[in-house]
Amino acid sequence: MQKTNKKKLMSGNEAIAEAGISAGCRFYAGYPITPQNELIAYMAQNMVKRGGVFIQAESEIAAINMVLGAAAAGVRAMTSSSGPGVSLKQEGISYLAGCELPALIVNVMRAGPGLGDISSSQSDYFQATRGGGHGDYFTPVLAPWSVEEAVKLVMLGFDIADYYRNPVLILADAIIGQMMEPVGNFDKSQFRKKKESKNWALTGAKGRPANSIKSLYLKEGVLEQHNKKLKKKWDKIRKNEQRFFVSDIADVDYLIVAYGSQARISLEAIKMLRKNNIKVGLFRPISLWPFPGKGLRKIAEKVKKILVVEQSLGQMVEDVKLNLPNKEVYFLGRAGGGVPSAGEIIKYINNKLI
Amino acid sequence: MKIKFSRPKSLIDVETHYCAGCGHGILNILTAKVVDELGIRDKTIGVAPVGCAVLAYKYWNFDVCEAAHGRALAVATGIKRCHPDKVIFTYQGDGDLASIGMAETVHAANRGEKITCVFVNNACYGMTGGQMAPTTIVGQKTTTTPLGRSPESGEGWPIKMAELLSGLKGVSYSVRTAVFNPQKVMQTYQYIKKAFINQIEGKGFSLVEVLSPCPAAWRKTPLDSMKWIEDEMVKYFPLGVIKRE
Ligand SMILES: Cc1ncc(C[n+]2csc(CCOP(=O)(O)OP(=O)(O)O)c2C)c(N)n1
Repeated sequence: MQKTNKKKLMSGNEAIAEAGISAGCRFYAGYPITPQNELIAYMAQNMVKRGGVFIQAESEIAAINMVLGAAAAGVRAMTSSSGPGVSLKQEGISYLAGCELPALIVNVMRAGPGLGDISSSQSDYFQATRGGGHGDYFTPVLAPWSVEEAVKLVMLGFDIADYYRNPVLILADAIIGQMMEPVGNFDKSQFRKKKESKNWALTGAKGRPANSIKSLYLKEGVLEQHNKKLKKKWDKIRKNEQRFFVSDIADVDYLIVAYGSQARISLEAIKMLRKNNIKVGLFRPISLWPFPGKGLRKIAEKVKKILVVEQSLGQMVEDVKLNLPNKEVYFLGRAGGGVPSAGEIIKYINNKLI
Repeated sequence: MKIKFSRPKSLIDVETHYCAGCGHGILNILTAKVVDELGIRDKTIGVAPVGCAVLAYKYWNFDVCEAAHGRALAVATGIKRCHPDKVIFTYQGDGDLASIGMAETVHAANRGEKITCVFVNNACYGMTGGQMAPTTIVGQKTTTTPLGRSPESGEGWPIKMAELLSGLKGVSYSVRTAVFNPQKVMQTYQYIKKAFINQIEGKGFSLVEVLSPCPAAWRKTPLDSMKWIEDEMVKYFPLGVIKRE
């Protein structure tokens, strides 16, 4: 999309795709799965026109490995899927992390386990924030709560991926992927200015020694050295890339912690509760890994009780409890496509917290 | 004195990890020689498999990417589509290419990816100690077919990849060769060269299947292994050009 100040109504899925292309992504490979089909369709319609490569792969496994090849070739590359497909991509994500290759993986979450349902869910939090595949690794995870923010996070995600040479995940729930909102700003100049040099990329050994991309380290002790090097990187990410958003925390007795669409519904509940003088605030992690524990601990100091709201049976709540061992932490969640409503949240706070 | 044979520039001077009599050594060299002869070292990118050839980047003096087990042709697709002017090849074993990676293989071939594929058929899984591969021949004993591969007991028949892929429109070149004597080694060299030239000329997918010895897993001497290819493997896997466009 050319630079224009005019806002356009787009679904989260389409906006994520456009943000990728605007951010300089020139390789996309994917496999159809609901609820992210608009994303792959947008890529099919636009990627080649803008000078990039689009491939409908034979499977999610092939798609992630094509992305690995493109990333190794030095090109900004992404793929997208949902639950079952993201499970298939885990091997590839582990290899990307082991090979230290940048790439963006979008998971528009649906309800599981198994084939589950195509309705919205936040049940892949554990998979996303704990590495997900085999081996000792992490991937930064960014969770948008609006279409506009999805655009920003895709652009930021590519920058983080290139800067640290690590795969980055966008974890959107189906509500974000499917809903339509006006978006306008696809200008990526608001992010890191410096383009990372990719002198490690495979481009043919012309006038330089041969490069190799690999994750195998067989000699005794060498893999551990590699692991330690990776750990340093992840420690740096933990320190520098924690992101969160807060609302209504100037005077606050009760704090809701929620991300993605659930944070929006929670904010609606907060506005209603505040009308009745119940002082509730919102803490919304934007980076799920690294979890913004520092920010949460600070704000939680002045809070009586915490309520975690998720569209799952309780996953992020574990990170909240890890960070706040001395706080009373409550949990309200629904699974299988059920969405906690503002009314349910208000009722829960009135009955259990107050 | 005229030097008739020397180490290819595309081959690094180090000790190899291959077992005595293993065919990978010969095929690593042949591939490097082709790259030298075509003068494409600075625009060649190889993709190594998971299998005995996983360390190929230690031997080849050009850019190499390691791929997960079976995924070499997906990785190669990503590289080739980003660098259409470069020469991309995969080098894969039979477990990698025809078992765990069968989907990636068939679909890369069917898309007609302009990639060269060197397929090392040693009728077993070498790296993990000699289990049954999709290409293990009927009656062949492996650690997982202790009584010999038996289609009647549900172990299936050996898959003829060169024939199978030749049926796909995206495949422009499909041959089977072997390395059991010097003539066959030179023939194999010519086939690999042709498969690279095809790519440079913009033709579709090219496959060179090579019957290759694995003395360690076959529990045979290197010489007996060569003989076994000639006497037994070739009966089931006929040599020659199966498709050329
Ligand atoms: C996903 C996965 N499954 C299994 C393995 C273990 N593994 C490593 S090599 C190999 C077989 C390799 O056999 P082949 O492709 O025939 O190559 P060769 O070693 O004979 O050259 C297996 C099963 C692995 N590394 N990854």
